[in-house]
Amino acid sequence: MATTENKVWQIAGHLILSLISVLCLLPFVLLIISSFTDEQTILQNGYSFFPEKLSLTAYSYLWNQSAEIARAYGVTVFVTVAGTVASLAMTSMLAYPLSRRDIPLRNPLAFFVFFTLLFNGGLVPTYLIYTQYLDIKNTIWALIIPGLLMNGFNVLLMRTFFITSIPVPVLESAHIDGASEFKTFRSIVLPLSLPILATIGLLQTITYWNDWFNGLVYLTEPKLFSIQNILNRILTDIQFLSNGSLGSNASQGFAALPSSTVRMAIAVIGVLPILVAYPFFQKYFVKGITIGAVKG
Amino acid sequence: MAHTIRDTDTNTIARSARTAASQARKTRFKRYLPLFLMMLPGLLYLLLNNYLPMFGLVIAFKNINFAQGIFGSDWVGMANFEYLFKTSDAYIITRNTLLYNGAFIILNLVVAVAIAILLNEIRSKLMARFYQSIVLLPYLISMVIVSYLVFSMLSVETGFMNKTLLPMLGLGDISWYSESRFWPYILTLVNVWKGVGFLCVVYLAAIIGIDHEYYEAATLDGASKWQQIRSITLPLISPVITMMTLLAIGRIFYSDFGLFFQVPMDAGALHSTTNVIDTYVYRGLMQLGDIGMSSAAGLYQSVVGFMLVILSNYIVRTINKDNALF
Repeated sequence: MATTENKVWQIAGHLILSLISVLCLLPFVLLIISSFTDEQTILQNGYSFFPEKLSLTAYSYLWNQSAEIARAYGVTVFVTVAGTVASLAMTSMLAYPLSRRDIPLRNPLAFFVFFTLLFNGGLVPTYLIYTQYLDIKNTIWALIIPGLLMNGFNVLLMRTFFITSIPVPVLESAHIDGASEFKTFRSIVLPLSLPILATIGLLQTITYWNDWFNGLVYLTEPKLFSIQNILNRILTDIQFLSNGSLGSNASQGFAALPSSTVRMAIAVIGVLPILVAYPFFQKYFVKGITIGAVKG
Repeated sequence: MAHTIRDTDTNTIARSARTAASQARKTRFKRYLPLFLMMLPGLLYLLLNNYLPMFGLVIAFKNINFAQGIFGSDWVGMANFEYLFKTSDAYIITRNTLLYNGAFIILNLVVAVAIAILLNEIRSKLMARFYQSIVLLPYLISMVIVSYLVFSMLSVETGFMNKTLLPMLGLGDISWYSESRFWPYILTLVNVWKGVGFLCVVYLAAIIGIDHEYYEAATLDGASKWQQIRSITLPLISPVITMMTLLAIGRIFYSDFGLFFQVPMDAGALHSTTNVIDTYVYRGLMQLGDIGMSSAAGLYQSVVGFMLVILSNYIVRTINKDNALF
């Protein structure tokens, strides 16, 4: 009896989970197929899983506009790499001293970090400070610094890792041997902390790659747009592509632009790196979520 | 005589103790200086990015004048708040924020726990990991991409719904981006689709952590799978459920800006059902130039949000000290 019950559970489980997986994947499939569909077919039959006519027009159009797309891609890659590296450096350099039991002012400083998780000023004052006092509008820093560069949660996560995983005697003997604090940090603490560095680095990479909010708020200059900002812009304003701010050939009218497919093609280009890399990093991503949820 | 000697003695001792202490402080300072230097960039960033805006909240009590800056503008007392709470906006955005988040919390919880239990039951661990990865995939995507996915479904002229699904069912076109009554369902669906994978990972981790002996004993006693789920799995992961839910309730005054701004494509006709505090603040600041109202709504969110975080954490703490944030 137990075995039949088990069998039923297995079959039902696979059925339901397959169905859910399909529901999770179908929108992506529709997106990708749409980008390869003929523009006229879409105008007639709409976005469809089984289009009558396939076409590469959208991609060849983008290829002709490749300078703009490439620049936006360059911005995204630069922001992601620079932001993640800076973020890891700042987070670990703040978290390590806070993990040391002997440092003066340890608790007030930890509270200074922690309080940022509880209370924040919100968009209006943040915007005014970054634009009025720090002049960040329409600079590349706008995509890197506001909100994203470091957050208290990651600092506390890393601090917990340092406290639990780095043996105090190791640090003490390094001190007795005359190693400077910087040297201890660089050649003992960081090498012992690769798991947490990888986890937070991965989360930061995804955050920077996906961010469109900073561009929406702080950028009006299309030259600085990342891929996400361009996608954001053409979602509501497809003419943005053809009116010269992005497209170099402004003479090519709106009618000539295969807009329904091109926007899908740009979305595919924006999401593809994540989809391709996902199988390789998903294990670490799952681990990162578990660590973050279990102890903050 | 002896008295004075003792006095001088104590004085000298006190003095030398003081110099020793200041000496010690100096070496201590020298010893920890590098560590403080290391912390400097991070602390400065928090000061700039988090603390200055907190003080900047005073702008809600002022009439912003860009020439004078945040701290130089003239005070107007509660005028911005009176203005905000006189309109129906304050009620609508509060209602929308609370109702959406309430629905999200309940639905995400039920769906995530159900999927986590199924994933745990699947005997092939390879397949279980495969399903989990797929369910988690939408969590990884930016809201802008999600808006494109939704647009391909709902576009009035070319969407999959209007062109394929509704005709198949014999129904007429729906202009999705101007009919506000559908959006509570659409946004809730999108939220579950995008967010459930995250909770699923958390709950699956909790289920995997349950001691197997419970299940073995239950099986020996002839308990069915259903009974095992109800009497072992659910009770044993309930601390995690409680904690995750309370943390979500603590954040109930904040909403996912992208979901409410990008996915409805900022369509004005949808505002009655898609406007939440975050989108209201954004529009006041960036589109309407009504900084007074916008900052008043922002302060309202910060303060009530703060109280809710404190309250929910207090409750978590009384239930289980280890799970509390502080």
